[in-house]
Amino acid sequence: MPLTLPRRGLFALEILFWIALAASFFVFPDRLYLLTQILIAALFAVSLDIALGYAGILTLGHAVFFGMGAYAAGLLAKAGWAEPLTGLALAFVLCGLVAYALSVMIVRAGELTQLMVTIAVGAIVVEIANQATPITGGSDGLQGISMWPVLGAFDFDLWGKTAFVYTFVVVLALFIVVRRMLQSPYGLALKGIHGNRKRMYALGSPVEGRLRFAYAASAAIAGVAGALLAQTTEFVGLDTLSIDRSAAVLIILVLGGTGRLYGGIVGAIVYMVVHDFFADLSPEFWMFWLGLFLMAIVMIGSGGILGGLSRLVRSERS
Amino acid sequence: MGIVVFDGLAFGALLFLISVGLSVTMGLMNFVNLAHGAFAMAGGYAASVVMNAYGFGFPAALLAGFVAGAVSGAAVEVLFVRRLYRSHPLEQVLFTIGLVFASIATATYFFGPTMQPFSIPPYLEGNFAFLGAELSRYRLFLIVVGVIVVAALVLGLDRTRFGAMIRAAVDNQRVARGCGINVDRLFLATFTLGCGLAGFGGALSLGMLTLNPIFPLKYMVYFLMVVCVGGAGTITGPFLAALIVGIGDVAGKYYVPQTGGFLIYLLMLALLLARPNGLVVKKGAR
Repeated sequence: MPLTLPRRGLFALEILFWIALAASFFVFPDRLYLLTQILIAALFAVSLDIALGYAGILTLGHAVFFGMGAYAAGLLAKAGWAEPLTGLALAFVLCGLVAYALSVMIVRAGELTQLMVTIAVGAIVVEIANQATPITGGSDGLQGISMWPVLGAFDFDLWGKTAFVYTFVVVLALFIVVRRMLQSPYGLALKGIHGNRKRMYALGSPVEGRLRFAYAASAAIAGVAGALLAQTTEFVGLDTLSIDRSAAVLIILVLGGTGRLYGGIVGAIVYMVVHDFFADLSPEFWMFWLGLFLMAIVMIGSGGILGGLSRLVRSERS
Repeated sequence: MGIVVFDGLAFGALLFLISVGLSVTMGLMNFVNLAHGAFAMAGGYAASVVMNAYGFGFPAALLAGFVAGAVSGAAVEVLFVRRLYRSHPLEQVLFTIGLVFASIATATYFFGPTMQPFSIPPYLEGNFAFLGAELSRYRLFLIVVGVIVVAALVLGLDRTRFGAMIRAAVDNQRVARGCGINVDRLFLATFTLGCGLAGFGGALSLGMLTLNPIFPLKYMVYFLMVVCVGGAGTITGPFLAALIVGIGDVAGKYYVPQTGGFLIYLLMLALLLARPNGLVVKKGAR
């Protein structure tokens, strides 16, 4: 017998969730670096959820936008304008535009072709970043980034306090935007396309335009997540673009539950904490259990952590 | 020039041997399989063990590669894959990525992260002169095997009863079922045969590619590329695509080494844009 939550209770739960996230600042003051990383991974996973969970675009190359945002913010800072918010804005716009251009190849293709196109674009971008050593630093990464204080007042400190608060505020703000977007009629249309594309065509919905916008929005937010990483760690490596990162974010999202808004965040918390816990073990060991876990999650078909929870707790609306 | 084409053809033949099973299973069941390279790796390690630890000859090693690929493929099909044919492609992708990770970790545990030693048998060693170019005997052998296999598969698919059943199921699975074809058993047989060929290709690849535990991930994109560009569900499509990819890859690395494997991806994007359903489109495609 599932527990039933009143509609207002669900909203209160959301508020409580974010307060708990903010409170982690005081509970784990010596783990602020990990907490900031979790927030960034969460934002990245939420961005993927727009494309994958809501629009149903199968991608194994989302790290392209994460890395592109990171390089954009890092290069802007190195070029002499190290104001953090401008860096985020640049990453947002650049990734959005590039993704919108690329989306022509993606929205009409079948799943396998989507997968191949995103993998191929990822491989090409990594190779470009690797070859353009004078600009990107190649395999050494982009070093020597030094950010100005946030809003001209809060310097990035050694303990990562500013980094955490800054990341938290940006992630929360973007999350509210995404939440609003996905609960609007536009979000409903995306769900419709994911559920039955032919029927949405028949309803006169501009399917391709909607998908292209979703892909661009998803990429723009992924770019901001990357820019946050570049600004808070003051370093950008080639691995930000790699297919490993694309696969990791996919795993995070699926672990939390796709198409559920909070799936990416819950997945990021669990994945990063477990990864941090097992970091001392050999990478093969980690890979083996990750592989088995992925196989198990598909065979059991639980829909991730949130999917499992939703079977125990119902809200009044559904 | 000549040597680039020759090496490209050899690489293409190898890619074809490994990927053809993937093409047929993808066309037959729409199963997005990223783990096909794991079966090739199983074949490669089996061949290597048979030769290095038990001292058997090269033909026995090839046979061992085929058997290892087929057995592991059949086991995975029966245990897992048959439950996933109707799943969403995302679930298939996740499952097969998980399989790749687990197979990499397992191979590292048993064989270590380094490359497997391999020596080409004496009768295939060395070079021969042809039109002024020094060509490798082993690579010629790969090309010959590739051509024999493609001929056998095309003939088998065209002339045998089993081939007719596969063609029927690829064209229209529901009608094939209605005609009394046991499609489930057909799936198992095709999957096993495809994985066996992958294992055979993995064993052959010992003499041309490096076999280490990251093999399934390193060459994953190549196998998928061959299927995607060639057109899933056909034999000749992947054959053509494998030759194009093989020659393109070798030519790219030979003439513009600084761009690495980059050109092949551009080539693939161009081919996909020109022919979104593949070079050879299977009959009955939507």
